Amino acid sequence: MLNAFSDLVKTRDGQSDSESATPDQRTTKIETNGLDFYYGDQQALFDISMTIPERAVTALIGPSGCGKSTFLRTLNRMNDIIEGTRLTGQVLLEGIDIYAPAIDVVALRKKVGMVFQKSTPFPKSIFDNIAYGPRIAGLRDRRKLTEIVESSLKRAALWDEVKDRINESAMALSGGQQQRLCIARALATSPDVLLMDEPASALDPASTARVEDLIFELKENYTIVIVTHNMQQAARVSDTTAFFFQGRLIEVGDTRQLFTNPKQKQTEDYITGRFG
Amino acid sequence: MSTPTPTAAPTPGSTAHELTHGRRESRLFETLCAVSTWSTFAVLVILIVSVSYRAWGWLDWQFLTSFDSRKPERAGILAGLLGSCWMIVITIMFSVPVGVGAAVYLEEYATDNLLTRIIRTNLANLAGVPSIVYGILGLTVFVRMFGLFGEQGLFHIEGIPLWGDAVIPLPFGRTVISGALSLSLLILPVIIVAAQEALRAVPPSLRHASLALGATRWQTIRHQVLPSALPGIMTGVILAISRAFGETAPLVMIGAMTFVRFAPGKITSLQVVFDDPASLVRAPFDTFTVIPIQIFNWVRQAKSEFQHVAAAGIVVLLVVLLVLNGLAIYVRHRSQKNLRW
Amino acid sequence: MSPTSLNRSFTLNRAKEQAIEVSLLLCALVSIATTAGIVFVLVAESVFAIPPEKAFFQEVSPWEFFTGTQWSPQFADKHFGVLPLVCGTFLIAGIAAAVGLPIGILSAVYLSEYASPRVRSIVKPILEILAGIPTVVYGFFALYLITPTLIKPIFSTLGFDVDGYNALSAGIVVGIMIIPMVSSLSEDALRAVPRSLREAGYALGSTKFDVSAKVVLPAAFSGIVASFLLAIARAVGETMAVTIAAGQSPTMTLNPLRSVQTMTSYIVNVSLGDTPAGTIEYKSLYAVALCLFSITLVMNILSQYVMRRYREVYQ
Repeated sequence: MLNAFSDLVKTRDGQSDSESATPDQRTTKIETNGLDFYYGDQQALFDISMTIPERAVTALIGPSGCGKSTFLRTLNRMNDIIEGTRLTGQVLLEGIDIYAPAIDVVALRKKVGMVFQKSTPFPKSIFDNIAYGPRIAGLRDRRKLTEIVESSLKRAALWDEVKDRINESAMALSGGQQQRLCIARALATSPDVLLMDEPASALDPASTARVEDLIFELKENYTIVIVTHNMQQAARVSDTTAFFFQGRLIEVGDTRQLFTNPKQKQTEDYITGRFG
Repeated sequence: MSTPTPTAAPTPGSTAHELTHGRRESRLFETLCAVSTWSTFAVLVILIVSVSYRAWGWLDWQFLTSFDSRKPERAGILAGLLGSCWMIVITIMFSVPVGVGAAVYLEEYATDNLLTRIIRTNLANLAGVPSIVYGILGLTVFVRMFGLFGEQGLFHIEGIPLWGDAVIPLPFGRTVISGALSLSLLILPVIIVAAQEALRAVPPSLRHASLALGATRWQTIRHQVLPSALPGIMTGVILAISRAFGETAPLVMIGAMTFVRFAPGKITSLQVVFDDPASLVRAPFDTFTVIPIQIFNWVRQAKSEFQHVAAAGIVVLLVVLLVLNGLAIYVRHRSQKNLRW
Repeated sequence: MSPTSLNRSFTLNRAKEQAIEVSLLLCALVSIATTAGIVFVLVAESVFAIPPEKAFFQEVSPWEFFTGTQWSPQFADKHFGVLPLVCGTFLIAGIAAAVGLPIGILSAVYLSEYASPRVRSIVKPILEILAGIPTVVYGFFALYLITPTLIKPIFSTLGFDVDGYNALSAGIVVGIMIIPMVSSLSEDALRAVPRSLREAGYALGSTKFDVSAKVVLPAAFSGIVASFLLAIARAVGETMAVTIAAGQSPTMTLNPLRSVQTMTSYIVNVSLGDTPAGTIEYKSLYAVALCLFSITLVMNILSQYVMRRYREVYQ
């Protein structure tokens, strides 16, 4: 089992090792310090302290209900929407505490984009979907919008498939295309960080592969945090992996190291499938 | 009853008897339920046929284009038709923005606090207040304004530049605007509840996607939530409007004159509006009648011919309501065929 | 990204967001203002008044109002005993309940337990249309159709005196009016009964009748009671049909063939005449309306209370 993973890790690392530095040398993009999170009286996250390196893919893994999605959502304050939630501790984005009273959530979410598990195209045309973010930010210039739409779709590797029907409804796209549309839409607001909450879990294998290739390309320019329940996926796409269990961060480290030589017993049990 | 008594010996014969007996009772009950249900259909048919029968020969072009008259054969519904149109247009202008706004607040902004709970409970209670009570509210607040300005409407605000020679009387008196405001309050709970349901049906994922792109709350509502909820809101609004259309008691209370031989603002054709645009501003502050009040007036007439006039008026009213209901069904149907998430 | 770009700043956009939220809250508060307005108007004219004015109950004792059996505000010898109006109101509401509740509940059972989806798709719109017919139309129906072609022939042959305006015809049409309400609310209650309960009934060898009448109906009991209360409150507050068909004689009678006056039809009657504001007759309108409002409010609250209880059981 462990060998299978190390094989997977190898194939990717063969390409990436040469161009990106090891986790320790990378600049830190996001840092959390002693993060506790509560839904009402129920504590969902316990004392999470970790760093997320810039221009790399960080995967959050763990059994369902372990808090990995909750943690992801604290990074762009999407949890604010849920009534009765509470957070203590710090989330620092480039050293700025994003939970400080002076922080503008709207500006934060433009900088920290998010892609959801279920693709959520707006019931509008493909063009209007991508242009939505820039438009609400006040951009009206049609030519600029067209440029942004084209470059976002290209970066999301969707341009060739949809360039002839850019004004047709986004709801007519296939599931995999819809998910890449959502990634393109998130890119259109030119974020630094891209959060992905199980972006490929609802897709067929072929579409999943395309989304994974895309993630691999995007880390050139973006800091990506991805939640996945699929360990092979984490091994394939990420540089750093964090294992969550029952609201606690059990282990975080270089992906290859974590999958081949986990330090914690619980991590090993989980990745080898011996888990209860 | 089919329940076997303890004393009855279970012989094969009695079992057979029980089986058929039980089934017959069940069949009887089903028939009773079915007859009750279909009897409502029968009532509807009888009502429509009998009213139409009485209206036969009375509902003609002359009836639709004439004002009311003391002579049954010359009486017409034009004043009511135009009055109802004015009433509905102004009611929509007040009730739809406020109703949808309240629903948006309750569904999209409100946290679960005491004020919100009071508003919700209050809505349920308001929906059960008899319509005539809204009439009394309208009579006191809009028609008389608590008598603050005297009883005769001596206070006039006039000479507002753009409005030409239009005059706003204070208190409003027995005018279109008083009636429309009363009806707006009456249908407000209906619109709010319908809009709330429509907003609730919009998937949260749509809101999250928009917020995650850095949209503000209002931008999310304005660009994503409201457009998606629009068909549901429209259906609710149309049904509320059709209720306002047939509403009689509150308008009787605020004193919609029962014998009116003119349209609000004396606007009987587009020509009038072109010649004197200020009449459009004058109309809401004019006295009026509406279709259901004209019907009520004819029903109360001593001359028996007037029951045919009333029947003709009812047919007109029912046709308008049928069109509105058809519209609501059409909107609902179209939206169901459209997008899904 | 510069460190300051995440900071809140006073912008037009932010002010706009705030302004929008406040105006939406104001919209929501209109409903509160309406209730407050209703209560204030009714109480101000009937219980308290700004000193030079006198409220209704400062001129007529509540004792006379609530126990008097004579209502004659238009005569020289004025009496303000509201009981005849209350009696008329409940006579008609009672007849309406006798007509509307059984038919409503039976059709609810039919729709939820027996009817195929196709039948439902026909019946539901019919009920919606029935609910949408204006009450003035029902008044016409009662006065010109039910009284002359149904009530008069039947009861005259039996040797009873029938008034042209009578409580029975008004009660019947009000009963028809409340059928859609009872039917749809009760159907919701019946549908809320879990499938498992029905299946348990069938597994014991019950017929559809046994399951419907002995399992589902009792299980949905409080929801049905709530719908009944709402329907009766609606019948009590019904105005136009009653004004047209039941006449304007405030008599203390339980004879459905007589003409009666309800609280609502008295209110309409006063507003049709040219009663000047400030007279005792005009103020009586508010006292009667307060009475009507209180009765329907209590029934509504009671119904919500019962409804909440049934929600707790199954949800």
